[in-house]
Amino acid sequence: MSGALVHTGVFDMPSYVQSSFLGLIRTQLEVSLGATLAGLVIALPIGQLCSRLPRIYPATLGLVTIIYSIPSIALFVLLIDYTGESETTVFIPLTLYTLAILVPGVVDGIRSVPPNVLDAADGMGYGRMRRYLTVELPIALPTLMAAVRVAAVSSLSLMSIGSTIGNYGGLGDLFLLGLKFFDNSLIWVGLISLLVLSVFCDILLRGVQRLLTPWARSLRSVG
Amino acid sequence: MITFESVSKRYPDGTEAVAELSLEAPDSAITVLVGPSGCGKTTTLRMTNRLVEPTGGRILIDGEDIRQRPVAQLRRGIGYVIQQAGLFPHRTVAENISTVPRLLGKDRRSARKRSLELMELVGLDLGFAERYPHQLSGGQQQRVGVARALAADPAILLMDEPFSAVDPIVRKSLQEQFLQIQAEVGKTILFVTHDIDEAIRIGDRIAVLRKGGHLAQFAAPRELLERPADGFVEEFLGLDRGVRRLTFISSNGLNLRTDALVKKGVEPEAGQLELPWLLQVDEAGAPIGWLDPRRPDTAPIPIGHPFLAQNDSLRAALDAAVLCPTGWAVGVDEEGRAVGVVSQEEIAVAIREAHRASLEAV
Repeated sequence: MSGALVHTGVFDMPSYVQSSFLGLIRTQLEVSLGATLAGLVIALPIGQLCSRLPRIYPATLGLVTIIYSIPSIALFVLLIDYTGESETTVFIPLTLYTLAILVPGVVDGIRSVPPNVLDAADGMGYGRMRRYLTVELPIALPTLMAAVRVAAVSSLSLMSIGSTIGNYGGLGDLFLLGLKFFDNSLIWVGLISLLVLSVFCDILLRGVQRLLTPWARSLRSVG
Repeated sequence: MITFESVSKRYPDGTEAVAELSLEAPDSAITVLVGPSGCGKTTTLRMTNRLVEPTGGRILIDGEDIRQRPVAQLRRGIGYVIQQAGLFPHRTVAENISTVPRLLGKDRRSARKRSLELMELVGLDLGFAERYPHQLSGGQQQRVGVARALAADPAILLMDEPFSAVDPIVRKSLQEQFLQIQAEVGKTILFVTHDIDEAIRIGDRIAVLRKGGHLAQFAAPRELLERPADGFVEEFLGLDRGVRRLTFISSNGLNLRTDALVKKGVEPEAGQLELPWLLQVDEAGAPIGWLDPRRPDTAPIPIGHPFLAQNDSLRAALDAAVLCPTGWAVGVDEEGRAVGVVSQEEIAVAIREAHRASLEAV
């Protein structure tokens, strides 16, 4: 008897899927958005350093690109000795991969701050930290958020590979299981859910961006 | 008062931006630093709020070395206006103007009240308060820049080519308005420009710098035009320095002749027919145009532009005369009524007399 006959509702998972549909979505969001956030936390200081010292930027960019090109399976094999079959083993490569998008995003964002704005801030008596938090970062935000959106969507999709080390691929688990149990409907459910989730996340992040940068809204309509 | 005592700035690569500059910018006056690019004028300005640290000499504000105070405190006490304003794109006009008061710990409400006052002072429509800088024209942005610099009511204002990024017409109106504001607030201003015309128009004192940061001359505008210290200053002032100097001589001394005026519809008197030109005026006395007494049927020749008989300079009078094909200038009063006319030849006499008087004054 094929698995397809066991489950009737589209989102009711067959017995060999060890997690509920909502559970899969939760893992998916937790790991991939968590990785994007972690990537951002790492990319911010790296990007800041690169825009301060432009000479180290090409090497840094090269490094994060090389990391991005390492196959995730290879990273899993390396990590599995330390972190075992766990979400962490998926989380770490995903975080590293976002750097290839987020580091240039941070650098471009900081570079988009007009020099005369920084000069004015210095001349009015801003301290370094205050200038960074209240002038540079907000002005970098539109560029930065664009990179965050790409990183989030790419993590959502890259995460599927986590299913190869057990059930840590979120919705991606459905692909492997569908393959294993000859159930195409599982693959379709996984694919479409992932697509909808990606679009939803992008729209959500766009909304966050609009809320955070009210000034850029009219900018776009002008230019 | 800002005092520069043998201030130098030498960069590690050996370039000398400013060399042994000694200068005093008096209180409540506009001191202009002018010179070609690479003369160290901007460096000099930026040393005053320590965006650049001098390598020699010292700078005093009211007798106190600027290094005595913490740098942030120093800067918050000095207004700073730069080219293209450098406004914060992510903050509204009112928030931009509130920047320094907020840095100084003023609460939001009183800082906002202050920014609305300043918008009024610089001639910005209060409707702009909630707009973002990019929604404003270049001239409006620069007004916000000036308002922002004035917000914490600093005694000193540093201005680095503030009007050079706008078109000439806007620039002129910004300059005029800036002078009106200065008449009201009386700040001690250090103003950098590469435009000698701007320097002469707005400066109370002008420091001409030459390449390498050497002070070539420090003088009032009129003195600069009359007695340039050397060939460099003379060349920098340009070829029309003689004509420009007339800006500082009043047209008061001109003898305006009133016998050339004839009302429209009134026959010229016999004596008037001897004159080369007659100025036709309307009922109210406003000039219409020139009439040739020997050819009464031709249409009046336009007068070009008149000059204000009481207030304008000899330069305005001369320009009016040169511009008009008849070679005569029309002097008008505040209401635009013709007061009298004067020929190029008579203006030339007045210029010679003014020149002689200034030579005797030395």
